Amino acid sequence: MMRYLAGRVLRAILTIFLVITFAFFVLHLSGDPAMMILSVDAPPESIKAFREAWGLDRPVWVQFLAYIGHALQGDLGNSMRDGRPAAQLVFERVPATLAITLPAFALKLLIGIPAGIYAALHRNSWADRLTMMISVAGFTVPSFVLALVLVLVFSVQLGWLPSAGSDRATSAILPIVTLGIAGAAILARFTRSAMLEVLGQPYIRAASAKGLQWRTVVVEHALPNAAIPTTTIVGFMVGTLIAGAVVVESVFAWPGIGRLLVSAVSNRDLAVVQAILLLVAATMVTSNIVVDAIYGWLDPRLRRGGARAR
Amino acid sequence: MAQGTDALVSLRGLTVDFDTGKRIVRALHGIDLEVRRGEALGLVGESGCGKSITWLAALGLLGGRARIGGEVRLGGRNLVSAPVTDLEKVRGRRIAMIFQDPSSSLNPVHRIGRQLGEALRLHRGLQGRAADAEARRLLDRVGIADAGRRLGDFPHELSGGMNQRVMIAMALAGQPDLLVADEPTTALDATIQAQILELLAEIRRDTGMALVLISHDLGVVSENTERVCVMYAGRIVEDAPIDTVFDSPAHPYTRGLLAALPELEGPRRALVPIAGVVPEPSNLPPGCSFAPRCDRRIPACEAATPPAIPLAVDHRVACIRP
Amino acid sequence: MTALLEVSDLSRAYEVRRGSWPFGKMATLHAVDGVSFELQAGRTLGLVGESGCGKTTTAKLVLGLVPVTGGEVRIDGESLPAAGTQPWRALRRRMQMVYQDPLGALDRRLSVGRQVMEPLAIHGLGGRLAEHREKAMAMMDAVGLAAHHFDRFPHELSGGQRQRIVLARALILDPQLLVCDEPISALDVSIQAQVVNLLLALQQRLGLAYLFISHDLRMIRQVSHEVAVMYLGRIVEQGDPDRLFAAPAHPYTQALVSAIPTHARQKRRRTVLPGEPPNPVDRPAGCAFHPRCRHAVARCRVETPQLRVLADGRRAACHLVEQIVASAA
Repeated sequence: MMRYLAGRVLRAILTIFLVITFAFFVLHLSGDPAMMILSVDAPPESIKAFREAWGLDRPVWVQFLAYIGHALQGDLGNSMRDGRPAAQLVFERVPATLAITLPAFALKLLIGIPAGIYAALHRNSWADRLTMMISVAGFTVPSFVLALVLVLVFSVQLGWLPSAGSDRATSAILPIVTLGIAGAAILARFTRSAMLEVLGQPYIRAASAKGLQWRTVVVEHALPNAAIPTTTIVGFMVGTLIAGAVVVESVFAWPGIGRLLVSAVSNRDLAVVQAILLLVAATMVTSNIVVDAIYGWLDPRLRRGGARAR
Repeated sequence: MAQGTDALVSLRGLTVDFDTGKRIVRALHGIDLEVRRGEALGLVGESGCGKSITWLAALGLLGGRARIGGEVRLGGRNLVSAPVTDLEKVRGRRIAMIFQDPSSSLNPVHRIGRQLGEALRLHRGLQGRAADAEARRLLDRVGIADAGRRLGDFPHELSGGMNQRVMIAMALAGQPDLLVADEPTTALDATIQAQILELLAEIRRDTGMALVLISHDLGVVSENTERVCVMYAGRIVEDAPIDTVFDSPAHPYTRGLLAALPELEGPRRALVPIAGVVPEPSNLPPGCSFAPRCDRRIPACEAATPPAIPLAVDHRVACIRP
Repeated sequence: MTALLEVSDLSRAYEVRRGSWPFGKMATLHAVDGVSFELQAGRTLGLVGESGCGKTTTAKLVLGLVPVTGGEVRIDGESLPAAGTQPWRALRRRMQMVYQDPLGALDRRLSVGRQVMEPLAIHGLGGRLAEHREKAMAMMDAVGLAAHHFDRFPHELSGGQRQRIVLARALILDPQLLVCDEPISALDVSIQAQVVNLLLALQQRLGLAYLFISHDLRMIRQVSHEVAVMYLGRIVEQGDPDRLFAAPAHPYTQALVSAIPTHARQKRRRTVLPGEPPNPVDRPAGCAFHPRCRHAVARCRVETPQLRVLADGRRAACHLVEQIVASAA
């Protein structure tokens, strides 16, 4: 087991390495930070000075090796904009982002999963059709449109909630709801199809033939099996806790990681962008490992590998 | 058919209609069938003939899109109109069922012991140690060696044959009066099929339990049952003792099935196939459903569905020109 | 005379991991282990055995779909070229395969006629479309499909008709050998006879050779000129089907035959074989069948029996076969 875990962690580190390598080269080849930060019509001497100060005059691969070397020592570089350590800038924003993504995540689970189960158990009923209609609407409407609609209704028309910012306690409500609705819609749809798939399996009929009450069949036999595919999508949602709110944070001017990312990218603030990507990749990869572990726990067929030939 | 006083279950005019959303398709056209106490009855026919649906309908296991008509009498009650709580008491306890694909009939995420324990708690009120001991005894009874260890296994750790034994053990947990075995050996290899059929025969000898053996294979049915009902397109076309079916089959379809089957011994003869194909349930021909494929067809065959005619006390056939 | 198909000492082994990656030791699975047979033009060899006995792997080896790890396949005396090469492709025209699941073997989006004509284009056979069409029509007629089926799609036809499409498609290249892997197992009883009779008629007319694989002993007997019974990758008995099934010599064949329920044999005592075939990775030493054999002696546990010709011309791989046959008589 230890060797298995070690292998997984090694692969995870490799994934993270690939992500930051790719991002590094794309960012370095796609625009000049000096121009962005100093403005295009800055005198050539100041641009040259800026480049020398940040080492941008060296060949890209030298910059890359230097970056990796520092990163391995825990130094992710400094922001080109205000000179503060990039890691610090990023970590300052984490609580704000989690303040909306965690409640939104809870909302997704609490609405999405029960709705999906209910719809599957009452397939083709009006409740099922309604749930699926809302669900389709929920994930086909882009989140900025949903955000604007919510703002229009609850801020502009009713005046109940603030339309942007983070100064009041109620400011978080609209971002949370926006994120939560879209996620709940996806989860409901996914849970429903997982549940329908399981309900069509022979062991469900066999469990009924045994004399079990339908409720018991659903709780004991259908749900544990439907949980297996549903875990995948929930795990994916865990992975987006850090990075999944870029659009919503921008729309609501919420001071989280997403907004930091948008401004850092447009400024070519390389160290900050890299630091954010590193954090995002790390959460994604970690949640993947956790999902795999949960899989093994939920599905005994995966526990002991493919020992049986044929 | 003679109304014996020893009837355990009798189906009368059992019909099943499936609501496909667009229209309603009749899959079962009035099944009259009686299973006597302790008897072994075979139900034979090709895919789609309704042999499995008959018993799933009788136990209310067809789901919401099926509408069931007629009667299923068990101990003076009609199961078709009974509330679902009554049906739950019949399932597994009076009538148990095992299925074609044993490995997917067991829940993949629960251990064998837990699934057996569930049946024992439900039907016999056994818990803890007592349930464990009884589960072991049952596994032992169905020929699973090292029962104690197997209780901790998951279905995917056992072979198909072993899983079917577990299914049989689970059926025995409720001490049913009737076991309905729906193609129990179709997914298994020949030598394993022989083991499972032998086991079923043994259990029947010991417990006096009645058996309905559903199969597409006349050979399987002939060795393991006393009486056989041949089904075609949602109807029983012939009902006779097993020897009668083989020695003097009356329905052209039964004769056709026998002529289409090769033998393992004796001189090789050319197979005589039945022409055409089985009709779709949604598109049955008028009159006798077999008429378009029948070489003894006369115009009257297409005019009306032939009723079941008794040829002998224990032999009836639904054909106007047997 | 050179046989159309000559297979000698054919073997296929797989390296498999026992247990989950990256643990567990590597082990060798002998899917097919030293199989030899000959098949003359116009004849049928039936390969019979239970799942995992290696019959399907043998079929794939014969066609070169799976590379051999030992032994040789010869077609008309020529060694089978490596798969994917030009000579192999040319040879494949003469050897076609028919699978168990016709719907899986057909393309749902192509009309029946297009699929039947397809091999002509794949093998770059010249001629105008009209000629291809004519040839496809003739082939469809030969397998009992009507002209109006030409523009239909596979899902619109019945299982038996689909298997006829597969046959027409295989036969359009005028092959000499058809490898049929459980060609009728997915069909209903009344349809099986139709397809079997068709196969027999086509053999008569076109002089085809069949390597016919099935788990159904009765069907194998019906179609075969010779039959080979396989157990865990090896042939255990081979010979004339009538004699072999009437009086099987190898204990495994005896059990297999006795396991087939038939009405004629209803009253007869049956030998129920104990246990299940072991995982091919754990193939027992000596005679692979010995743990389930009631005749097994010490020698069977150490020495692998080779196929030997018996007095009546059939062959069996059993150390004790003479005694067993004598005691059964």
